[in-house]
Amino acid sequence: MSSERYVERQLLVVSRRLRVFLCTFVALVLPAPLAGCGDSDDGRIRLTVGTFGEFGYDQLYREYEAANPGIRIVERVTRAEDHHKNLAAHLATNTGAADVEAVEEGWLGQFTAAPNRFIDLNTYGAATLKSGWPDWKWNFGTSADGRVIGLGTDVGGMAMCYRRDLFTRAGLPVDRTEVAKLWPSWEKYIETGARFKQQVPDVGWMDGPTSMFRSVLGQQEVGLYDGPDSIVVGTNPSVKKAWDLSAQALERGLSARLVAFSSDWNAGLAQGSFATLACPSWMMTLIQEQARNAAGQWDVATVPGGGGNWGGSWLTVPKQTEHPAEAAALAVWLTAPQQQAAVFRASGNFPSTVSLYKDPVIKDFRNPFFNNAPVGRFFATSVTRLEPQYIGPRTGEIATRIINGLSRVEQGRDTPDESWRKVLREVEVLS
Amino acid sequence: MARRRRSRYHRLDVKASPYLYVLPFFLLFGVFGAFPLIYTAWVSFFDWDFLAETHQWIGLDNYWRLFSDYTFWNAVLNTAQILVLSMVPQLLLALLLAYALNQRLRSPRFWQMSALLPNITSVVAVTIIFGQLFGRDYGMINWFLGLFELGKIDWQAGQASSQIAIATMIVWRWTGYTALIYLAAMQAVPKDLYAAASLDGATSFQQFRMITVPAIRPTIVFTVIISTIAGMQVLAEPLLFGGGSISGGSDRQFQTLSLYLYEVGFNRWEFGYASAASWLMFALIVIAASINYLFLGRIRRH
Repeated sequence: MSSERYVERQLLVVSRRLRVFLCTFVALVLPAPLAGCGDSDDGRIRLTVGTFGEFGYDQLYREYEAANPGIRIVERVTRAEDHHKNLAAHLATNTGAADVEAVEEGWLGQFTAAPNRFIDLNTYGAATLKSGWPDWKWNFGTSADGRVIGLGTDVGGMAMCYRRDLFTRAGLPVDRTEVAKLWPSWEKYIETGARFKQQVPDVGWMDGPTSMFRSVLGQQEVGLYDGPDSIVVGTNPSVKKAWDLSAQALERGLSARLVAFSSDWNAGLAQGSFATLACPSWMMTLIQEQARNAAGQWDVATVPGGGGNWGGSWLTVPKQTEHPAEAAALAVWLTAPQQQAAVFRASGNFPSTVSLYKDPVIKDFRNPFFNNAPVGRFFATSVTRLEPQYIGPRTGEIATRIINGLSRVEQGRDTPDESWRKVLREVEVLS
Repeated sequence: MARRRRSRYHRLDVKASPYLYVLPFFLLFGVFGAFPLIYTAWVSFFDWDFLAETHQWIGLDNYWRLFSDYTFWNAVLNTAQILVLSMVPQLLLALLLAYALNQRLRSPRFWQMSALLPNITSVVAVTIIFGQLFGRDYGMINWFLGLFELGKIDWQAGQASSQIAIATMIVWRWTGYTALIYLAAMQAVPKDLYAAASLDGATSFQQFRMITVPAIRPTIVFTVIISTIAGMQVLAEPLLFGGGSISGGSDRQFQTLSLYLYEVGFNRWEFGYASAASWLMFALIVIAASINYLFLGRIRRH
């Protein structure tokens, strides 16, 4: 290529990039329609859906677009913590939020406390849908003055995922009923872990502190709050119990020392660097996504201690959307039982709508990735029995601070007692 | 008549035009600099929750709270440590690099542009690459240490190790940039000084120490102040090094001031308190820059 031609080509590339850059820049400064970068060129209404983690919606978006030719859907996926931080910033500044925003249980309370920032979905007929969800799921998405802010998507439930190949290496049974007998309680889970590490020292028994702590906590009657604005981290023995068990497991070296949901953690899943992972239904989605090469190696058994819940989400429509009716319609459609069932079967997030728990589409579903484990029955049982904890507005932030404390123990920076004292000090700041 | 009118235009042109030329800067500064500054000061007197509709005036309470806030002072200390760890090697290396670039080289433009490359690379990309270099399990540095059976370092876990890793990123990004500033200054040093020194038998190190460094002293003062100001505001490196964790490590061992501000404002949603903290941070930056200026100014006079 001649040098002139080369320079010409480069200039073209640069000018194209410049246009994208300017468009982004202008969009940041001006309201989208003014910048000419908003709705798509073909006249369709563009709806943005802001999610985190893995909602398993890709297929559904295409389906919805096919049924509604006037709509184009764009998904914006961010890491959970950043997603909620950004959402708050976008709400506070009244610009930048997606048309439909997903909110996780640990953060939802902060948003239902600011109902003016959201569309009351009752105005779009949500009230008629109420009976679809269990009361607790519905109520948690509702503000104190009765406005419906969020519609339930998935619910965590609780199970324990494990790697069959690694269990074989350690000489442990691999059949799910046999495996369940290894850990009737968390104490036994730790014992089995110690046995496992003796046989397979180069692999972690569990991923890191997060999943174990959140699981034990999720099984307690009272968690981080015992009512609105009443944080009981320092006084509730159940929280301390979850802390002590997790700290004990860490001190016995059972962890692969991976920070949950980090890129190292993803790599750990892909490389099989830990043998068990406490798994709510949405965790199964992440495993399938990150450990694609390990189909059939992962399996699911009941969780130590039995029952419990960790996580689950809601879809909201921020008031700043330019297309409230279309956005609300999309949120209603995505959370309808039929779509929730499709998500569960395709990727694993367990539905929160009650009618499905007796439906054979869900109840009899076996997940081929997890060695055909009867996950439908597992989670239907676990979720039907669910006794929901009170989840306060700052649950997410408090949990992050407690898990930081467990990381300090894991890294050997603090003894469990020192670290717990720091946790209490950090939580104090939040109350 | 026409001439007088023209001369009036001329006077007006001479008097008003300069202001017109500098106006764009001051407009932009007003919108993106002065207004946020003043608005932040206003907010800092409130108990200002991010999403709440009303805010309560609490006067100076936010400031009093800051003085006994352990986490804030921890962030100040971390910032100062990272500042020293990054600024000293950065400026020394930049001096040497500039000196080398100032020698007769084949294709000098190429070397000068190369020096700037790290700086135009996106900070996110830099941090991701360095994050992998400093990885605990599969990082290249730990692999290298492993070759000599030195064991693995959990870079993020320790206070010193994490701060060294972050300082390395800053040094890598800014050394070339600073070197080019030094180079520009060095090229302005009269060549006859070197010629005379050579005649007197001065070695090139002596020339560097006795001619180059004193001649570019004002530029050194300038870069010290600029990098102090930049170093006090480090955010992206510690944030991304910690994998997006706003606490800067499990024990806040590498949480910088900006990161703490970010946590208070966007995680705890206490905007009033975050605003007060940012004003205190502003004061600290002014103090640090002034200390440097006075200190180096004394050296200059000697």
